[in-house]
Amino acid sequence: MMEFLDVNTLRVIWYLLVGVLIIGYAILDGFDLGVGVLHLFTGDEHERRIHLNAIGPVWDGNEVWLLTGGGALFAAFPFVYATVFSGFYIAFMLLLTALICRAVSFEFRGKVDSQQWRAVWDWAFGLGSLVPALLYGVAIGNVMRGLPIDKDGTFTGTFLGLLNPYSLLIGVVSLVLFTLHGAVYLTLKTDGAQKEKLVRQIPALWIMLVVLYFLASAATAWTSPFLMDGVFSNPLFYVLVLLMGISLMGIPVLVKRAKYFPAFLSSSAAIASMVATLKPREEMRHTGIVIF
Amino acid sequence: MNLDVELLSRLQFAMTIGFHFFFPPLSIGLGWLLVIFEWNGWRKNDESYVRIGKFFGKILALTFAVGVATGVVMEFQFGTNWAQYSKFVGDIFGAPLAAEGVFAFFLESGFLGLYLFGRGKVSKGMHWFSALMVAVGATISAFWILVANSWQQTPAGFIVQNGRAELTNFSEAIFNPSTLPRLLHTVDAALIAGAFMVVGISAHLILKNKEAELAKKSLKIAAIFGLIVSLMEVFPFGHLHGQQVAQTQPEKFAAIQGLYASENGAPVVMFALPINPPPELKARIAVPVPGLLSWLAFGDAHARIRGLNEFPKDEIPPLFLTFVSYHNMVVLGMYFILIMAITVYKLYRKTLWESKKLLKVLVWSIPLPLFACQLGWIAAEVGRQPWIVYKLMKTKDAFSATLSGGEVLFSLILFGVIYAALGVLYLYLLTKEINHGPEPAKEVAV
Repeated sequence: MMEFLDVNTLRVIWYLLVGVLIIGYAILDGFDLGVGVLHLFTGDEHERRIHLNAIGPVWDGNEVWLLTGGGALFAAFPFVYATVFSGFYIAFMLLLTALICRAVSFEFRGKVDSQQWRAVWDWAFGLGSLVPALLYGVAIGNVMRGLPIDKDGTFTGTFLGLLNPYSLLIGVVSLVLFTLHGAVYLTLKTDGAQKEKLVRQIPALWIMLVVLYFLASAATAWTSPFLMDGVFSNPLFYVLVLLMGISLMGIPVLVKRAKYFPAFLSSSAAIASMVATLKPREEMRHTGIVIF
Repeated sequence: MNLDVELLSRLQFAMTIGFHFFFPPLSIGLGWLLVIFEWNGWRKNDESYVRIGKFFGKILALTFAVGVATGVVMEFQFGTNWAQYSKFVGDIFGAPLAAEGVFAFFLESGFLGLYLFGRGKVSKGMHWFSALMVAVGATISAFWILVANSWQQTPAGFIVQNGRAELTNFSEAIFNPSTLPRLLHTVDAALIAGAFMVVGISAHLILKNKEAELAKKSLKIAAIFGLIVSLMEVFPFGHLHGQQVAQTQPEKFAAIQGLYASENGAPVVMFALPINPPPELKARIAVPVPGLLSWLAFGDAHARIRGLNEFPKDEIPPLFLTFVSYHNMVVLGMYFILIMAITVYKLYRKTLWESKKLLKVLVWSIPLPLFACQLGWIAAEVGRQPWIVYKLMKTKDAFSATLSGGEVLFSLILFGVIYAALGVLYLYLLTKEINHGPEPAKEVAV
């Protein structure tokens, strides 16, 4: 490779790239996963159609981020890719099942005029969205908390071990975060009673998210205090927290003022800064975890 | 019960890639034919081509959806089931997979949305351009996947260091000796698959007398297109690919050709039943042209071709599967030329629409190019065994050693059930779409 790029510089570039992909995925696929979760909570055929139409043209483009992320991780950190993917075998198989069901549900649902047929694909779409939204946080939770890895880089834990209370809590945070993000996105694509319903739901989801986020932060400080080491002396951390606070506050305020597109941008910024605050906590490498 | 993780992982990979590989060739082939149909609809301002485009566009969308759904599995499976392989080749193999996402999928999925949902909302030129980008995206996708797979066949541009293959020359790795021949041969096979699908579906509509005038137009274009690409598949693309295999992977070449002992002026074996051990061809029938294989492979009828006897016993591929799949692929390739030539001839004589029998044959021929794709792929991949990366890493050293047999059996059954369901649903919805036929002319005018 080029001489002025030493291995460590390249590694930082790849690291940032993988970070951008993780955040990009959360923002873009986040809203269509969220719409899928909301899909589970309505029985109204008109609303359901609006959901599908709202994300029909964009969802596969969004999912590309996941594929690219997988490829980038493979290329940049083959050991992480191989260890995590084979270690989380059953989790990945469930994720893939969810993604397959979800991908075909868009195309299949409208093809047969039968209520049962549509019901099957509504469930496939809803659960196929809920599982990835939950697992996104579960994966982050496990990586932050630390994984049982032996000196050869082999994962020694179990599938049920991945579903520990802490990681599940982070999973619920990402689930609610994406659902809120999806609801904000839908305000751009709806009108009338459906929109009013969303405008009512958003503050409720928002309160749930804030409460869960504080719980998750407390849990992090309690179970993995090493993740907090040095965080408070890092100025970047305060910038990100400030950004997150402002953009989080922006969501209900802007929705209330019927400024839906700015609200969606605000929600995207909240996700980006929330995921990015995880970055200054990469001290986990000192705990024997070789991720990144 | 002691379950063999390697065997189960191989079965799972074969099943998932085999099933997936029904869909991308159709997407590529249909994609390029839609470019032609939509061009006619736009430039000739001919409404009937717009209707043809709409009709086959729906079939493309259905095919693409199942292709995406089954393709996601492939991207993750290297890590889940082939961890040792991933650690060894990640530096090289991961890059084309990431590149496929960045350079192909974004293009394809973005413009497919525009193509399917944008008709009447964007300008006609823009709409045609989106059809073009879908086809281009699908083809670029094939390029990166073939780059990755060809590197397994003929690795180049790397050194083995720190216990893994590290990239030294990017362009050598990408354009390794087998990339181009395999790309041309595979993409052309996809075009054949698309052509047979359009020809067959059109023939069905004609036979059922459903929008027959419209179907005649699509059949005409696809048949001429199909004849050209079927011819090109054998010469030059198949020929070039064969020469490349003869030069770069002599064991594979000997296995697929059934050449078990070295020979000067080797003949082309047309039919035989490979028996093993000892390696032997029963009921062998050869083309009565002396030295034909030597001439085809090396341009010299007396050239010596190395037989399997020259290679270490533990470095030769399975004989039956390679020989049989390769030869059946060739038979199908010849059939495609023949049937398309007859069709185009009858079109020229204006007797095709009365030839009910031929139209029926065309309907039943729809899946054959896809079978040929599968056979070719089997010959290529099984012919590479026992290596996962030719001469560099064996398949038995590549799987995820940390997995338990039970885990892989679980996922194998899981995917088996899901894919069986997807296959049935795809065929059901496809026939439903075909029997529904193109939308009537009036609705299009709205």
